[in-house]
Amino acid sequence: MPPLLQVSGLTMDFGGIRALDHLDLRVRHGEIVALIGPNGAGKTTFFNCLTGIYTPTGGDLVLTPPGREPRRLNGLKPSRITEQGLARTFQNIRLFKSMTVLENVMIGRHCRTRTGIVGAVCRGPRTRREEREIVGTSLALLERTGLADQADEVAASLPYGAQRRLEIARALATEPLLLLLDEPAAGMNPQETAELIELIMAIRADGLSILLIEHDMKLVMRLSDHIFVMDYGRRIAEGTPAEVRRDPAVIRAYLGEETTDA
Amino acid sequence: MAVITPKDLRNAAGVALWFMFLTLPLLVVKINTVARTVEWRWQNLLWVGVAGFAASLVSRLFAARKLARQERIRQGLERQLPAASRRLLGHPRLRLGAGVLLALFLLAFPALFSTYQVNILTTALMYVVLGLGLNIVVGLAGLLDLGYVAFYAVGAYAYALLHLHFGLGFWTVLPIGGLLGALFGILLGFPVLRLRGDYLAIVTLGFGEIIRLVLENWSEFSRGPSGIANIPRPGLFGLDLTLDQAIVYLYFLTLAMVLFTVFVVNRLQHSRIGRAWIALREDEIACQAMGIDKTRTKLAAFALGATWAGMAGVFFAAKTTFVNPASFTFLESAIILCIVVLGGMGSIVGVIVAALILILLPEYLRAFADYRMLVFGAVLVAMMVFRPQGLVTGVRRTYTSGR
Repeated sequence: MPPLLQVSGLTMDFGGIRALDHLDLRVRHGEIVALIGPNGAGKTTFFNCLTGIYTPTGGDLVLTPPGREPRRLNGLKPSRITEQGLARTFQNIRLFKSMTVLENVMIGRHCRTRTGIVGAVCRGPRTRREEREIVGTSLALLERTGLADQADEVAASLPYGAQRRLEIARALATEPLLLLLDEPAAGMNPQETAELIELIMAIRADGLSILLIEHDMKLVMRLSDHIFVMDYGRRIAEGTPAEVRRDPAVIRAYLGEETTDA
Repeated sequence: MAVITPKDLRNAAGVALWFMFLTLPLLVVKINTVARTVEWRWQNLLWVGVAGFAASLVSRLFAARKLARQERIRQGLERQLPAASRRLLGHPRLRLGAGVLLALFLLAFPALFSTYQVNILTTALMYVVLGLGLNIVVGLAGLLDLGYVAFYAVGAYAYALLHLHFGLGFWTVLPIGGLLGALFGILLGFPVLRLRGDYLAIVTLGFGEIIRLVLENWSEFSRGPSGIANIPRPGLFGLDLTLDQAIVYLYFLTLAMVLFTVFVVNRLQHSRIGRAWIALREDEIACQAMGIDKTRTKLAAFALGATWAGMAGVFFAAKTTFVNPASFTFLESAIILCIVVLGGMGSIVGVIVAALILILLPEYLRAFADYRMLVFGAVLVAMMVFRPQGLVTGVRRTYTSGR
């Protein structure tokens, strides 16, 4: 079976700066893949290319839903890519601050529902049924992420860790095949990180695949089935957590060269 | 209890001097063109100085008390009460009572007041419709549209021209006006899709002016600056109405239009598309990342907002029975935008109250005679200084109140 996501030779230039340099990466069905690398390696740029915020200068991004034809994602609009089955969270949390917690998740259901302007004004049985489904599904997602009690609070009032979980719940509402998490554990204490690990494993158990950018090595080593390491826009290593930990190229990228005159 | 410091006194003196300087040409210098003399009314300067000084001290007192209260709340000595407006609107019985009173008052208005007053209130109600329409574009979707008057003009001229050439009546043209408004909304929306904030504002402003200039100069089409007259008022099953009766009839029609608009906007606000608009306003990138098509959502906002302006335009033509390009200047767009901003972006009640204040206040300030618009401007400035978030902040719907 072809991998869910296949990235080949991905290149992204911003004027004279080459942010991504022939990057290769893949995510297989049901895998948790981690993308690690020093700051500035191009990880978030990669996510932005993947989700259509940037159009890559070269290379291929191919999504193959199970049992369906492969679909090239280059140049598609971000909303289209989400419809195809990619959902993401953001490094700097991008919630809809003035909406309630529940409504943030309900927004995620937009691309899977159909009520238009006429339906909104008339509120016939089909519209009401769809609204009930939206509220029900969103509440269920809030239960899973432990936010059900704050459903009617304004999103801006949540503590930091809860905001991160809300972003995940919102992304899950779009019924993705592949969940992209951009530094989900940033700023979390060990307790919250442990809960996050549980949540991600539960999401994978539901049949989703996950690609995450992280700096927290403990989390990465515990969760990932496969790791890709980036530096200067290209892949410098890949493998299982054990393999990557020992890889000299990785050690060099993070810790620098050994010198003899210190 | 706050104490007045020497710093406060210095600030107050500064404020007084500043206002004395500002109002010198307005209030002190009076030129008598008939007798060809200049009158210097120095006593006005004194009044301004005293008023400015006192106002500054009073506002400082209020600010200090508010700060002290915030401090006490932070320290847990006092509970934080929700905003007064929310307490008023949140209480269902209070809301029902107020609503019933208001409804009775509005229904009985023509019986209680003169035709002149009814006319004024009709104008105010038309601006309520316009404000609610623009609220969809600016308040909900966050698209700063400074050319809203263009769609207003489209509706008004649609009625004028369709009556002139084809003899169509009010009720036939009303939906046509709405549809034409929507069409122009989409047409004007396409070029501005990629623009944000200030640039969107400038381009929409340009469109507003384009429409007005076309109407002014394409005389073969629109009869130019002289406009089109003899536009009929809406008929009541072909009955012959006197002028007074027609005005009252139009008042009730406008009232019905307001109710219809409130109904539709309320439904839209709490629907799938309403949420998409708010998401678009809050964070365009996250909104797209959640699968919302930015293009369609923006165009929907423009189209829907413009539909209402189109229909309001038909009402306007029917009310004044005469349209010319001079009625559709940028100032109109600005006033409608003021209504939306003053009312609180996205809040229906706020927009209604703001529209009534903004349109009725200059009328009822006629007691101030020459200084009417000065007071009006001062009220606007004061509102934005002391309550920039608008009269009523938009409250989102809660879904789990049963839990």
